[in-house]
Amino acid sequence: METIEIRLQKLTKVFQAKNKEETVAVKDFDITIPAGKLVGLLGPSGCGKSTTLYMISGLLKPTEGRIFFGDTDVTDVAPEKRGIGLVFQNYALYPHMTVRQNIMFPLENIKMEKEKALERAYFYARLVGIDHLMNRKPVQLSGGQQQRVAIARALVKEPRVLLLDEPLSNLDARLRLQTREEIKRIQKETGITTIFVTHDQEEAMSISDEIVLMRDGVMQQKGGPQQVYDEPTNLFVAKFLGSPPINLFEGEIKDEKVIVGDAQFGRAEGRKDQEVIIGVRPEGFKIVERSSLKVKVDYVETIGRDTTLIIDKPSDPKYSKFDPEIAGPDQHENNNHVDEDVDVDEDMKRLQEEGSIEESAPEKKETFRAIVDADHRIQPGDEIKLSVKPHKMFLFDKETGELV
Amino acid sequence: MLEERHDFKAWIYLLPALILLIVFTFYPIVNTFMIVFMVDYDFLYGDYAGWTLTGNIEAVIGHRQFWPAIRNTIIIAFVSVPMSVIISLFIAVWLNSIKKLQGTFQTIFFLPYVTNAIAVGLAFAVIFNRDYGLFNYLLSLFGIDPINWVAPGAEWRFSMIALLVFITWNGLAFKIMVFLSGLQSIDKQYYDAARIDSASRSRVFRKITVPLLSPMIAFITITSFIGAFKEYTAIVGMFGEQMGHRGQLMTIVGLVYEALGEPYTAGSVSLAASAAIVLFFMTLLLTVFNMWVSKKRVHY
Ligand SMILES: Nc1ncnc2c1ncn2[C@@H]1O[C@H](COP(=O)(O)OP(=O)(O)OP(=O)(O)O)[C@@H](O)[C@H]1O
Ligand SMILES: [Mg+2]
Repeated sequence: METIEIRLQKLTKVFQAKNKEETVAVKDFDITIPAGKLVGLLGPSGCGKSTTLYMISGLLKPTEGRIFFGDTDVTDVAPEKRGIGLVFQNYALYPHMTVRQNIMFPLENIKMEKEKALERAYFYARLVGIDHLMNRKPVQLSGGQQQRVAIARALVKEPRVLLLDEPLSNLDARLRLQTREEIKRIQKETGITTIFVTHDQEEAMSISDEIVLMRDGVMQQKGGPQQVYDEPTNLFVAKFLGSPPINLFEGEIKDEKVIVGDAQFGRAEGRKDQEVIIGVRPEGFKIVERSSLKVKVDYVETIGRDTTLIIDKPSDPKYSKFDPEIAGPDQHENNNHVDEDVDVDEDMKRLQEEGSIEESAPEKKETFRAIVDADHRIQPGDEIKLSVKPHKMFLFDKETGELV
Repeated sequence: MLEERHDFKAWIYLLPALILLIVFTFYPIVNTFMIVFMVDYDFLYGDYAGWTLTGNIEAVIGHRQFWPAIRNTIIIAFVSVPMSVIISLFIAVWLNSIKKLQGTFQTIFFLPYVTNAIAVGLAFAVIFNRDYGLFNYLLSLFGIDPINWVAPGAEWRFSMIALLVFITWNGLAFKIMVFLSGLQSIDKQYYDAARIDSASRSRVFRKITVPLLSPMIAFITITSFIGAFKEYTAIVGMFGEQMGHRGQLMTIVGLVYEALGEPYTAGSVSLAASAAIVLFFMTLLLTVFNMWVSKKRVHY
């Protein structure tokens, strides 16, 4: 099977409703998907993932831009001539046909010889492990089995491109894990250039050679899963990837120091003083002997090797109000980087008034998570000192969300 | 306790409907079955002159118009039903595929449904008029001499053709609507999937549309057969109460009406009841057959 690369050039789709209202579903999408690779297209609901996929498949006509398969411009080629396999979000198995008839259908359409078609259908049925179910109707199958039938039906015509639209969204957690490994295996075995759409970041990260993040129709970042995780270019990407999600703090850069409330998170060399949103991955904290980031542990969750600590946010107004011990004088002693007490108080007051910490991080109300080694036997209520690993901390512009 | 009370309430709610059903449906059905076995039933007084097992059935079978009526009824059913089902299916698929003016066409096709069958029948009688009808005019374009379709003296086969055209046409509206709503409830993704799978239009129709519509097709076919077996109004509308030249388009329901038309002739009510029972068993037989076929063919 030949493998080809897919190239999207300034791909744009504008939907026009009856009342002339326009929805820009995809905007200026520029991307090259390498031949034989599995690329995860990732983004929140409604960001244009399916629309992109349907444009690549030819079911939707782009408003602007071109689509290339290899060197061929396929923008105006009908879907049936593009040589693609598509697995729909809800499989779209023909309910009145048996599994065999479903898988055979694409081959019958191209008038393949019956013997050969049957052989091929069974080959792919075996590949996805459903050859013992060939006489069942789709309703008699579990979700995972249906999904594998849909994959077999997409693969059987040996397409050059395989498109998967959230194929695992209907499955339970265990089956999802199992099938995504299966998809990865099949993709490796067949070497088909594959685009895998999902809004589940964990799924995308685990299955993809590369991930592409979208938001409101605009591409945000593209790269290897680990690379995008380690080097997010903006707040959206940082927030979208990672489970548990990244911790966000409202703070500022002052004299090249990153300051949240009374604590110093680290240094920001060469950056001018400004208000920033500070993102720290849960695994980006370390328990240390000496630090200005002194916190009290609320809860402790120990799962396997790791312990997750749930901790009050240092910038939270409650912090100074209701916990005199932590916000007490002893902290001020340590916080020698804070020039004037007045500054901090002002900051607190402003945050209190606006209630605005939540604005930028609605999912984390007053606490943050730190994942630490289970060797630290920490009890709820313990007071600990944390330091922040510099490479796990990201500074974002408060207005634009871009990396500073 | 709770359940009993619910039961009681339910029965109260159902009572009005039940009373109506009992008075106007169940009682007449049972009564009809009994009248078949009564000699010379008189419906004014409910009198009868004794019992008979097969006397009335024999009388109706011996009626000079019985076999023509059976023949006509069967022809009407087995020609007009398949024709109108197939034609309406194609029209519905076509309607479903167009975007512009879909609503307009939908209205046009549905208009006959809200129009009285007698009135439409009269209009068709004009269309099939020998001297100034549209149909003969169309035929004349092909050099065919005028044919007497509906007027007295018309040949049976021509009258039957005209009648079949009318009945087929008259049945389209409802079927189109049902099929159209059926088509619109089919998930569009099946068609997208079929496009990706390179299915030709005719294969999409045969392998996807028809099977997915099969519950509707079965429903429409069964009810249309039942309706066609009861055909009467269309014939009266187009050919008048005589039901064609010398009653040559007589149907079974026509026989029932004719017999009931002379209630004071001894035995006519029993004759009507017998004809009705014959129709009942014909319908039952065909419906059972239809159900059996659709069990095998309908895909849900
Ligand atoms: N046919 C349409 N007409 C108008 N707007 C549409 C149409 N299809 C999609 N949209 C809009 O385009 C945007 C992108 O939709 P799309 O289906 O691509 O999202 P998605 O990323 O696949 O979301 P999900 O994860 O929920 O499937 C949405 O805002 C949606 O409302
Ligand atoms: Mg989608």
